[in-house]
Amino acid sequence: MTDLKHEPHTVYIKPSKGLAALNLRDLWVYRELIFFMVWRDIKVKYKQTLLGMAWAVIQPVMTMLVFTFLFDRIAKLPTEGIPYPVFAFTALLPWGLFVTALNQGSRSLVAHNNMVTKIYFPRLILPMSSVFAGMVDFVIAFVILVGLMFYYQVTPAWHLVWTLPLFLLLAIVTALGVALWLSAVNVQYRDVNQALPFLTQFWLFATPVAYSASVISEKWQIAYSLNPMAGVVNGFRWALLGTGNGPDITLWVSVGISILIFISGLFYFRSMEKTFADTI
Amino acid sequence: MTTAISVKNIGKQYKIGAAETKFRYNMLRDVIVDTVSAPIRLAKAMIGKSDRRMNQNYVWALKDVSFDLEEGKVLGIVGRNGAGKSTLLKILSRVTEPTTGTVSVRGRVGSLLEVGTGFHPELTGRENIYMNGAILGMRRSEIDSKFDEIVDFSEVTQYIDTPVKRYSSGMYLRLAFAVAAHLEPEILVVDEVLAVGDAEFQKKCIGKMGDVAQQGRTVLFVSHNMSAILRLTQEAIVLNKGQLIMRGPTQEAVDYYLSFGQSQAGERAWEAVDVPAASVPFTPISLKVKERSGKVVDTVRSTEPVTVEFEYKLDAPITGLRIGLYVSTMRGEYVFASFDTDDPALYEKFDARTAGHYVSRAEIPGDMFNDSRYTVGVNASSFGVRRYFMDENALAFNVDISGAPGTQWAEPRVGPVRPRLNWEIMRLDD
Repeated sequence: MTDLKHEPHTVYIKPSKGLAALNLRDLWVYRELIFFMVWRDIKVKYKQTLLGMAWAVIQPVMTMLVFTFLFDRIAKLPTEGIPYPVFAFTALLPWGLFVTALNQGSRSLVAHNNMVTKIYFPRLILPMSSVFAGMVDFVIAFVILVGLMFYYQVTPAWHLVWTLPLFLLLAIVTALGVALWLSAVNVQYRDVNQALPFLTQFWLFATPVAYSASVISEKWQIAYSLNPMAGVVNGFRWALLGTGNGPDITLWVSVGISILIFISGLFYFRSMEKTFADTI
Repeated sequence: MTTAISVKNIGKQYKIGAAETKFRYNMLRDVIVDTVSAPIRLAKAMIGKSDRRMNQNYVWALKDVSFDLEEGKVLGIVGRNGAGKSTLLKILSRVTEPTTGTVSVRGRVGSLLEVGTGFHPELTGRENIYMNGAILGMRRSEIDSKFDEIVDFSEVTQYIDTPVKRYSSGMYLRLAFAVAAHLEPEILVVDEVLAVGDAEFQKKCIGKMGDVAQQGRTVLFVSHNMSAILRLTQEAIVLNKGQLIMRGPTQEAVDYYLSFGQSQAGERAWEAVDVPAASVPFTPISLKVKERSGKVVDTVRSTEPVTVEFEYKLDAPITGLRIGLYVSTMRGEYVFASFDTDDPALYEKFDARTAGHYVSRAEIPGDMFNDSRYTVGVNASSFGVRRYFMDENALAFNVDISGAPGTQWAEPRVGPVRPRLNWEIMRLDD
């Protein structure tokens, strides 16, 4: 109650010029809202479904089975000595997180247009919380992976596992960066809704989820790593299974691109933010 | 006295995408060119170098509005639809940015615009209180400390752990309002909220607003309900076409607003500039009040039928069009509403109207109105699709009650209507 009695501070409202200041202070003031939005998304996600949380298991497992059938049994792709189901599932973890985050994040502003048109809060909260809400599915899928590794008796690369959160962070930063761009564009041009399924599909092919990055020839490796998700997936496999060469120049290219997308997305979002309520 | 709100030369410009090139294809060639250039257009639009800017119209929803409001004052805001009231509130509550000018606001702004925002049907009442509170900018500790009070106020105590999708609309609204009402902002902004909920609940809302004002908080109140404005505020501003045209004691401001722009002759004509661009393809021409002889009059006799005539043009066919007639008292309470296709036969025939020049005429039977002045509003809409045009204060007329029921007693009759009822008096004891 004490903080209610504080001297009210004065807010100055005026047209913001150019690239608006990032206003991280407001984001901090509203930090509890991020928590509540994430909590709500998680809570509501599987309401009134028959299978409930099981969906978080079914989706990646089914994809893994299909991949195993197509790429292991039929195409017989190389997996650097790892049983294919484990090999694919390790990549499906960050990929699933990324796709969910991208989809939910890109639609977040339009989906919450009643909030956007009625009240003030830092709009960044919407794509941010959509991205974070996908973490629960990730954790559940992670448990499945541990089970799979036991079953196939794959020993994790213990000395590398500590790097996993860093790759997870890279996946989140990439997803958030792209979601910032797309959610802001989506406010004005709903083309984004149409483009999203394509985008995620193409992106999946451009990412070594179903196959190993080692099938890409040496001279294309740098160009290939312009896709930050390639860095994430390779990193996951390296940290968990010990495959590949570990961090090299290609990873830093991925990190660089990811940060570039994120920072530019942040500024684009902030510059469009002032007209969201008018154009949505 | 400290200033709570200081508004300086606020202006807000909106784009109205009038000349959308999209629907102007004449040839397949245009379609192809347009499709091919679409990605370039998207890229240009994204970096803000839109070439659409050329053929866009801008309107000022607000222009050069300035006022100061001292802490603890209750200010009413009146004006017609499109006068800029909601835009002003949106700027004050930081939903949208002004195009020009500055505002300084001392303290937290809470608005009852946002009742129920962020409510999720799958969450329980309890969960929604926390969710909604967070959206309104309350801290968790703050919600914790007010939780019981909120639940009591909302009267949904026994359903507090039921998902709100199982609530009746009344319960839902009460809960939503309860959260917003307990935000305790330094400045409260209320927009038309009193139009919802049952009478009992409305009384509570008004009570709450009164409390808020008593506690020395600043309140901005927007309503079309003149009686509510008169009851709740001492001072009001009048907005017209985005400009502040008057500020004064509420009674004066309301009188000014009600008489503003109304012709005294029982006729209202719309010039092209009065018609918002958004009403295309509908163009209102005139609204007339006529007595039985067909003469346009300002004062009608209550015992005689009155004809209200609305003339308009359609530049394109409209399906589902209905012209609405709203009669209300000068205090803003509706007497009745009626639509030109209420009758099934007319509905059958005129539900889809081709382009052309039309008149919709209604005869209001005699013995309807009381000794007062009434406002006539018109609107043109397609139910559930779109509202083309609306002017809720198009004209006003007086009623002369000579010969009306009960005029043998020289006393005012309460109520907006004065019907001639078929009374029967019988003696039952023989």
